[in-house]
Amino acid sequence: MQETNNTPATNESHADKIWDFFCSLKLTIIILLLLALTSIIGTVIQQNAPAAEYIREYGEANYKLFTTLQFTDMYHSWWFVGLLALFSINLICCSIKHFPRVWKFVKEPTLIPSPGMLKGAANRLEMSSNESRQQLTSRLSAFLKKEFTAATESEADGKTYLFAQKGIYSRFGAYTTHLSILVIMAGALVGNFFGYKAYVNIVEGTSTSQVWSRNGQAPIDLGFTVRCDDFDVSYYPNSNRPKDYNSDLVVLENGQEILRKRIEVNDPLSYKGITFYQSSYGPAGTGFFKVKVTENATGKVTNINARMGQHTKLPGGSAFAIDDFADNGRFGPAARIHVDSPDGRHGTPFMVLKNYPDFDVRRGGKFSFTLVSYEQPQFTGLQVAKDPGVEIVWLGCTLMVFGSLIAFFMSHKRIWVCLEEDGGKTKVTVAANAHRNQAGFSLAFDDLKQKLEAEIENKSQVKEG
Amino acid sequence: MDSGQLFNITTIGYFAAMILFFAYIATKSNTVAFVATLVTFVGFLANTAALGMRWYESYQILGEDGRAPLTNLYESVVFFAWTIVLIYLLLDLKYKQRAVGAFVMPFALFSMLGAQMWLNAGIDPLVPALQSNWLTYHVITCFLGYAAFAVACGVSIMYLIKIGKEEKHSGDQPMGGILGIFPSCRILDDINYRAIMIGFPLLTLGIITGAAWANYAWGTYWSWDPKETWSLIVWFMYAAFLHARFTRGWIGRRAAWLSIFGFAATIFCYLGVNLVLSGLHSYGGA
Ligand code: HEM
Repeated sequence: MQETNNTPATNESHADKIWDFFCSLKLTIIILLLLALTSIIGTVIQQNAPAAEYIREYGEANYKLFTTLQFTDMYHSWWFVGLLALFSINLICCSIKHFPRVWKFVKEPTLIPSPGMLKGAANRLEMSSNESRQQLTSRLSAFLKKEFTAATESEADGKTYLFAQKGIYSRFGAYTTHLSILVIMAGALVGNFFGYKAYVNIVEGTSTSQVWSRNGQAPIDLGFTVRCDDFDVSYYPNSNRPKDYNSDLVVLENGQEILRKRIEVNDPLSYKGITFYQSSYGPAGTGFFKVKVTENATGKVTNINARMGQHTKLPGGSAFAIDDFADNGRFGPAARIHVDSPDGRHGTPFMVLKNYPDFDVRRGGKFSFTLVSYEQPQFTGLQVAKDPGVEIVWLGCTLMVFGSLIAFFMSHKRIWVCLEEDGGKTKVTVAANAHRNQAGFSLAFDDLKQKLEAEIENKSQVKEG
Repeated sequence: MDSGQLFNITTIGYFAAMILFFAYIATKSNTVAFVATLVTFVGFLANTAALGMRWYESYQILGEDGRAPLTNLYESVVFFAWTIVLIYLLLDLKYKQRAVGAFVMPFALFSMLGAQMWLNAGIDPLVPALQSNWLTYHVITCFLGYAAFAVACGVSIMYLIKIGKEEKHSGDQPMGGILGIFPSCRILDDINYRAIMIGFPLLTLGIITGAAWANYAWGTYWSWDPKETWSLIVWFMYAAFLHARFTRGWIGRRAAWLSIFGFAATIFCYLGVNLVLSGLHSYGGA
């Protein structure tokens, strides 16, 4: 029954109420504090960990609760995203509501102040002069131009008004800042919808045209091929801290080499909007050894490439294999080798040291071995990102920095001068205000006031004298 | 003289300055206030020289891999002390409210003492992820922002002490006693606001340079890791502070409390995250 009684007026007031709710600054402050508070959850509860880990740490029941509330990926949960959406709506509504007022400052500057504005201004000055209105007007106009900025002159009710303003753009500082937040969010959305985060491991010497999405879906086709020609780690002297690791990457399209770059951490490769970041590395498969074998009786030397565990024939029917390799001892790289006799019996293993090439001769076997080199192929671990929104985000960041500097540190300053004839004299009233940093502006105005007084009096005296 | 000795002089200087500022509040002697400010300045010079010396030493120890001294927890804490005193001295130029020193210098002193007592002062080479100019921009902007918040917090504490007594105090006479030397509540409130107004854009820049660096090194400008998230929490809090002030006239007590909570969150973002939580930024956790 109530509904039928609803008049259009109360309908409108409902709409108004909703509108006011979204425009309210109270809402802004509540959202900001809520965002701050809820964000803490995700820094305490680990995000996107396997289910087992949550159950171990918090128990089954809590884990259920977490998944219901989406605490395990809270920054993408419906309620957090909802909060961000509310935040944007609030920002947009507020701007729509208040922007026309600011735009009016630009389109319709208050050339002629109301008597109340003249009387009630925080910064004001009243004087009389013997000079004529026209003369004083032109002189004060020149004065403002010199000391402040060029003024607009207008006439009303037999009075002359001068109006000068500076820093009107600072009225837009807050809007620029607010816009920048929306721009950043838009950039993030573009990145989310049209980009991806992925990774790929490429073994040295091989190539790939697919990468793996970080959220574990099907591989993504790059549309071109990336080859890793070489991977290197360098260490700081006398330590095992990596100093740099870098990969020689080549971009290929249709077998054609397009681009070549040595990437390292903090220096990625970009091609067609897809960027490859050096992120990790590791050993790939077994390495191979270059071994020099000398037949001690004849002095005959054979160079052999061998893999771990693989038996290689030697002259005279015996064979050898490398069982083990280490590169951490005091003596440098060391391989453990055994020689099988022609009838297949295992010989006693012995060590061959790369840094002591002549050492094995002393063992006095049929063959002596020298370890020439050991090469362990590496894979290079790359993060792969396609983010078409990132430029938009940087644009937003730039806007935010400039916008907030303008919003905080610039102000819109206005000066009005009213000249009227008053019993043979000219009465001058000056009023001025600034929309921010009033204290600072007052100081500047006091300075201007002194000059202005001097200007008006000075000339009057000259005229009188 | 090596940087360690210079840092010792800095600590002694800040300690002496703090005692002198306390003495000023007790004695109300302008001479004491002047000497306190002078000692603060000398400490600041020593702090500057120490940072410069450490930079130079990094080249002596690491050769071409030397770097600006902004890369581990020890270096960041002594740099934090430097930024606090810098912001304090700049605000002192404008306000000349010497009693404020008694509430700001302790932050600088505790930073120095903490660094010298608990943190590893070794100059180690950088892991590859930290070899970026963005690191320098990121640390400088963040810490200047944090320092401004530290000053705001110190002033807010003064405000709350003073306003409590002022409200009990009746009569027209200016307040006697120790609080008489405190700046007026209006000025304290104003300094609180100014300091946050300086700190907020710096924090904004700090977050942006951090995002730029993450994007350059890992391909994601934002990954909601605990450090990033906490910096955003701090940002939200001070944004709330500024908006409450601009448009709803939140000044005085509420502003002071918000400033103190904001700084508590800042300190958690800086130290708590490393010590309590873990994440990408664990380089400072040692
Ligand atoms: C760097 C960040 C920000 C800066 C520098 C900033 C600055 C300002 C300034 C100076 C004002 C006062 C406008 C005036 O009185 O003319 C204002 C108002 C406002 N701000 Fe922000 N702001 C920022 C972030 C935000 C955020 C994150 C929100 C969240 C939704 C927000 C929402 C609002 C609202 C709703 C108003 C009142 C509407 C209006 O007066 O136009 N601001 N802001």
